[in-house]
Amino acid sequence: MAQVKMTVNGKAVSAPAEGRMLLSTYLREALGMTGTHVGCDTGQCGVCAVHVDGKLVKSCNMFAAEAEGAEVTTVEGMANEDGSLGAIQQAFQDHHGLQCGFCTPGMVMAASALLKVNSKPTEAEVRAHLSGNLCRCTGYHNIVKAIMAASGQDVAVAAE
Amino acid sequence: MADGGIGAPNKRREDIRFLTGKGNYTDDMNKRGQAYVAFARSQVAHGTLKGVDTSAAQEMPGVVRVFTGADFAEVGGIPCGWQITDKHGEVMQEPAHPVLAQGKVRHVGDAFAAVVAETAEQARDAAEAIEADIDELPAVVDMKAALADGAPKVHDDLTSNLCYDWGFVEENKGAVEEAFKNAAHVTTLDLVNNRLVANPMEPRVAIGDYDSSSGDSTLFTTSQNPHVIRLLMGAFVLGIPEHKLRVVAPDVGGGFGSKIFHYAEEAFCTFAAKAIDRPVKWTSSRSEAFITDAHGRDHVTTIQLALDKDNNFTALRTDTHANMGAYLSTFAPSVPTWLHGTLMAGNYKTPLIYVNVKAVFTNTVPVDAYRGAGRPEATYQLERVISKAALELGVDPIALRRQNFITEFPYATPVAVEYDTGDYVATMDKLEEIADLAGFEKRAAASKAKGKLRGLGVNCYIEACGIAPSNLVGQLGARAGLYESATVRVNATGGLVVMTGSHSHGQGHETAFPQVIAEMIGIDPSMVEIVHGDTANTPMGMGTYGSRSLAVGGSAMFKATEKIIAKAKKIAAHLMEAAEGDVELANGEFSVAGTDKSVAWGDVTLAAYVPHNYPLEDIEPGLEETAFYDPANFTYPSGAYACEVEVDPDTGKVTIEAFAAADDFGNIVNPMIVDGQVHGGIGQGIGQALLEGAVYDEDGQLLNGSFMDYAMPRADDLPFYTVDHSCQTPCTHNPLGVKGCGEAGAIGSPPAVVNAVVDALRRGGSDITHIDMPLTPSRVWAAMQK
Repeated sequence: MAQVKMTVNGKAVSAPAEGRMLLSTYLREALGMTGTHVGCDTGQCGVCAVHVDGKLVKSCNMFAAEAEGAEVTTVEGMANEDGSLGAIQQAFQDHHGLQCGFCTPGMVMAASALLKVNSKPTEAEVRAHLSGNLCRCTGYHNIVKAIMAASGQDVAVAAE
Repeated sequence: MADGGIGAPNKRREDIRFLTGKGNYTDDMNKRGQAYVAFARSQVAHGTLKGVDTSAAQEMPGVVRVFTGADFAEVGGIPCGWQITDKHGEVMQEPAHPVLAQGKVRHVGDAFAAVVAETAEQARDAAEAIEADIDELPAVVDMKAALADGAPKVHDDLTSNLCYDWGFVEENKGAVEEAFKNAAHVTTLDLVNNRLVANPMEPRVAIGDYDSSSGDSTLFTTSQNPHVIRLLMGAFVLGIPEHKLRVVAPDVGGGFGSKIFHYAEEAFCTFAAKAIDRPVKWTSSRSEAFITDAHGRDHVTTIQLALDKDNNFTALRTDTHANMGAYLSTFAPSVPTWLHGTLMAGNYKTPLIYVNVKAVFTNTVPVDAYRGAGRPEATYQLERVISKAALELGVDPIALRRQNFITEFPYATPVAVEYDTGDYVATMDKLEEIADLAGFEKRAAASKAKGKLRGLGVNCYIEACGIAPSNLVGQLGARAGLYESATVRVNATGGLVVMTGSHSHGQGHETAFPQVIAEMIGIDPSMVEIVHGDTANTPMGMGTYGSRSLAVGGSAMFKATEKIIAKAKKIAAHLMEAAEGDVELANGEFSVAGTDKSVAWGDVTLAAYVPHNYPLEDIEPGLEETAFYDPANFTYPSGAYACEVEVDPDTGKVTIEAFAAADDFGNIVNPMIVDGQVHGGIGQGIGQALLEGAVYDEDGQLLNGSFMDYAMPRADDLPFYTVDHSCQTPCTHNPLGVKGCGEAGAIGSPPAVVNAVVDALRRGGSDITHIDMPLTPSRVWAAMQK
């Protein structure tokens, strides 16, 4: 089995991967990084979203071997250096943007990707951007609020 | 209110691990020496299973063992937890449900073999190499066709595909018919409550583990109720006594009912782990979830409402066919009966009600509870028929509802339940305010000016939650009690651990439950830790569903904490040399009324474990108490919902422009979490109304078995919601005065959406009175062409 090397959250990693191994499986099983989840088998739900070379990617839609040499960022890499919640993560907690937590890693990665290219998205832009991420718990209300709040826009807190 | 106590919108402590990728879901676990399972599943809906050839699979790389139905010949089937007695006094027909199919396959996805292999990929490869010799039989999919003479039988040993024919209340039937004869007006509505797939984002997972040195089995599983799984699987399927079986459900990624039930895959992994003496893991794919997770709803109903000349409701009758699927899932028989028929009074003083439900076996995935479970079906038909009656009578739909509201409590309905409290006028008043109903016509005019049809839909709902009084549900056919338990352990240094039988799958128990204890003792909630989800360290409990965790589990915790406080007061009285009756507890400090004597919470808890100066002659050392709470009644959350839609007359596309919910949940412990529960429920309700629906073809193939085809609501399908829970009539029979909020949104929202779309179309000149869900553009557009 070929050895696949990449950088994950700033650390060089290497692990054997069968040709058909998905990036999501590589992260979860080969590296034991279970923050990235898997929620479907058709690339529709987005709970497995990560960044590959700065781009938002569904890690179940990419072979591990395709990420050879890439810079990968997962939800485990989204906290501040001191371990405290990063700005997007903090906004999700402040605005109750998660319930069961299963879609949350993908939502955080999707939100981060959006805010990199659009620092002050409108509600409609946030909703459109999340079209690749399913959440079954929140009805999206507090996720949208959390992302707008993370962009520094004035959003009333979840329980006013 | 203590700091962070009852009523505080505390941020959730569990969020830290979920947001940093440190959650511990079942699929995040791997056990040393673990093997992997893949199931071979039927691709036809109905067939005679003549043989299974596993020889090729056995030779595949990495295969440890292949199992078929023959391996389970001596093992019990998957049990049903509820037995309905029909209108003739006969018990329901109850088919066998083997772990792996034997003799026949009965739905697409029915497993007939399983491969255990070294890797998940090897298991899947080998499962594909299994050859089943199946003679395909005609499938029954449509419920009415399934009941026709000569219809193929799903279960050959049953007399027909009728599970039961339930009449409720049978004694009222004659009086109801008489009332219809005397009615000034009768409104009739035929409708379908569409079949849904719960689709929690976390697919199901099971890991069986067997310790051959002790003979102990452990099952790690994605469950809302690990104790229920332990009891059902241990006692009825595998014959493992409970003290030799541990069931663990760690972080659970959503459930919405679908993770209540005991599934064959759980029994398989537990069985196989012992058979091969290795841990065995199964992770469902989403495609597999669509054809194995219990589905929800799927009722076909005719409802009739009788009114007198003054528009008072005089009688109601319904005739429902409820799909059970191919086998009886754990609580399936209770959903269309006791969770549906008992709610048919709704918020209204209709004196006579008769409900008929025919439960039907079909060659489809089993159907069981999904968020709301029976209550959405009741609410939808009742609120839709009232709106239709308002159209026929030319009266305002809100006024018609208000006129018929129950206004005095307690109120005994003609369908066997007694509402303890409620204020339906107050929630409707609140709704009119928060939804700005007075401004609707102006908004409708603005929509019209841009070529859109705006519609307003309003409805009420009531639900029975906090399930349930054990003696009552026992009479109704439940094979379980529905109490809840809690052990409160106080540590020497004053911190507390609560071991609860409730189990969060997103509801935030780790945050909300401590708020109750913080309030009772006057300490910071961070001093309280919640332990749940593991039968090894929690008392026997019934788990989380039916909006019951705080109302029932929280009440058990409250009672255990009361015992703790009572004992602590004895210790404090001893330490302060005071009479026990004079000791008060406030702000984490015991004091003696009228004196300056006081002793801190931590000093009392330390004395309990270091009993040097302690009333050992009267009480034992230690500070740990358990309580089991069995509710005296259901709780009855209620509310009023309003939806505003715009319909594009050219395409039939519906957009939700505004959605408002005024709920009465009684007392509120964490309003932030309550808001979130309502948002999520409304999201699912709008999903049912506009987008979702599992579709089978006539051969029993599920046509939309993936997220490519099954339309889950996405962020741009849904609006911001306006929710309010300031109308509070506390529950009178539980110590917290809480009612439960988990299902309300999913119950109350579908009729609001459909009422709004019908209103929009009529404003556009249509005389339509009903469209079946989901209100897809094609359905709406087609309705507009009539």
